[in-house]
Amino acid sequence: MPGGPIVQAQAGPRKPLGQVNTKGAKVGGQGYSGVPGWVRALAVVAAVVVVLPLLAMVLRVDWAQFIPLVTSESSLTALGLSLRTSAASTVLCIVLGVPLALVLARDTFRLQGLLRSLVLLPLVLPPVVGGIALLYTFGRQGLLGQTLEVLGLRIAFSTTAVVLAQTFVALPFLVVSLEGALRTSGSRYEAVAATLGARPGTVFRRVTLPLVLPGLASGAVLSFARSLGEFGATLTFAGSLQGVTRTLPLEIYLQRETDPDAAVALSLVLVAVAVAVVALAYSRPAARSGAGKRATTPAPAGGNRQ
Amino acid sequence: MTLSFQAAVAKRGFDVSLTVGPGETVAVMGPNGAGKSTLLSSIAGLLRPDSGVAKLNGKTLFDLDGGKHTWVPPHHRGTALLAQEPLLFPHLNAVDNVSFGPRSAGIPKRDAREGAMRWLAEVEAEGLAGRRPAELSGGQAQRVAVARALAADPALLLLDEPLAALDIHSAPLLRRLFKRVLAGRQAIIVTHDVLDALILADRVVILENGRIAEEGPTREVLERPRSAFAAGLAGLNFVPGTLDGTGVLTVEGLRISGHGDEQVPSGQAGVAVFPPSAVSVFLTDAHGSPRNSFAVTITELEPHGDQIRVRAGGLAADITPAASADLGLVPGITVHFVVKAAAVSVYGT
Repeated sequence: MPGGPIVQAQAGPRKPLGQVNTKGAKVGGQGYSGVPGWVRALAVVAAVVVVLPLLAMVLRVDWAQFIPLVTSESSLTALGLSLRTSAASTVLCIVLGVPLALVLARDTFRLQGLLRSLVLLPLVLPPVVGGIALLYTFGRQGLLGQTLEVLGLRIAFSTTAVVLAQTFVALPFLVVSLEGALRTSGSRYEAVAATLGARPGTVFRRVTLPLVLPGLASGAVLSFARSLGEFGATLTFAGSLQGVTRTLPLEIYLQRETDPDAAVALSLVLVAVAVAVVALAYSRPAARSGAGKRATTPAPAGGNRQ
Repeated sequence: MTLSFQAAVAKRGFDVSLTVGPGETVAVMGPNGAGKSTLLSSIAGLLRPDSGVAKLNGKTLFDLDGGKHTWVPPHHRGTALLAQEPLLFPHLNAVDNVSFGPRSAGIPKRDAREGAMRWLAEVEAEGLAGRRPAELSGGQAQRVAVARALAADPALLLLDEPLAALDIHSAPLLRRLFKRVLAGRQAIIVTHDVLDALILADRVVILENGRIAEEGPTREVLERPRSAFAAGLAGLNFVPGTLDGTGVLTVEGLRISGHGDEQVPSGQAGVAVFPPSAVSVFLTDAHGSPRNSFAVTITELEPHGDQIRVRAGGLAADITPAASADLGLVPGITVHFVVKAAAVSVYGT
């Protein structure tokens, strides 16, 4: 049996789809992009502005002393505190931010625009101002401070204050990210679910949440990252007490005065954590069947100002 | 087992009163923006009218008249809505989508899945049970969506152009499916396709500008349209005016004579209706009783089957391509449309 020719007959000169080989067009499925050359040049400058300082810092790291510096008792205490408080504030952001985003995205009520602006204010507010605001709310002389004092609760200059300060600055990240995801997915699935007999609680649990899960995840990751880097509000509202309120950024600031090498080493740790967090947020497997089609990219986040 | 519905939405100029009998399927047709979606949304509970009362099988859906504010939320209404797009929940596979309604009604997971499989079989989609919506074609997804709506055991099924988004291969199959599942089921189907109204519905309601322009058995409405929209659906020329003996007098002063089998006193509103195939086209006035002849300006020429459709404003004539060439017809020239009185139906509206 001559089996060869049959196989050969099928192996015709078929071009893979999307590979256009006309003159002037790029091979490999790349279409015309229309980006001018000077725009590309400025984009390179932008990338340099972000990457160069990080590179400069990495070059300054004293690698021989890196491990001892990073694993010193005060460093580990600060890192542990940072991770614990950031985790707590992220949970708080989810618990409070999901309802807020849902109300902002789905309900219509008076002063909705004003509420949205106010909630997003911490994105653009200097954190130290946030710290002062928190102090005059929860501090001993603050709006709620005296009531809390009567109840035996002292919040200012405690670990709780650290969590509160972080939540204050990180909440908008989750709300913005999630509200965007909610608006993108629209309310039509919820409407269909309701006509199928699902009560609002069921619709929220079985339709709304699963649909915006990617948006919620990236919002939570961004909130965590923002909490981890929080400095100004924490210092103002919670102080800098080792093991209680001195988070990693505060530790770095303190070390910089006495031991610059330790500050650089710890900064690198924060950069590593931040890179890991951003990678986690932006490189989720894009097309886990079904939800893959919807664009729920994280909303553009504001600056992490100190 | 009936739906009685009356509602007004001032902002949209919507004021409609409608009933659907037991086991009856009603087609709702009308131009875009006529209020078809407003009608379905207010029955389903997704839109709150300014006033009105609606009852489904004796159960109040809403009662907003005379200062009352009774409003039953969508999930307590039993009115499943099937839209143009399937809107299957993308994170659930086909069988979980179909069992969503029963599960929401508190039916245990296993029973709900068994029921869902039966409904998938009913729409010939049991082989798709494990697939995610992203892995289904448009027609397959819409079949699963039909199963999902039926599995919720709705007292009234609301269909909002369910065939509009499908390609020409899937639509006939799904139309047959609807024919089967809608038999004896109380449903309202919004459609743009006169075929859907003929095949699926017992009765058609024509909406225009938020009001019911006419309603009746589908055949009757298409044979004797009383609204310009229905005449357009049936492909008939439609000239409204006032009755004048056996003819109709238009506001422009044109008289079209025809024949009518009902005795309607002159002076009342009426229409003259005639098919484009009964219209001849002449370059000069070819008057002579019992024929109607009126000068018109050609606006468009388009192929229509093996004929040429000559459009002049709201009127149309079908002639052969040869005749069109002989007459040298082009848009913009003035010609005479001639139609025998015997081909013109005249009746009151």
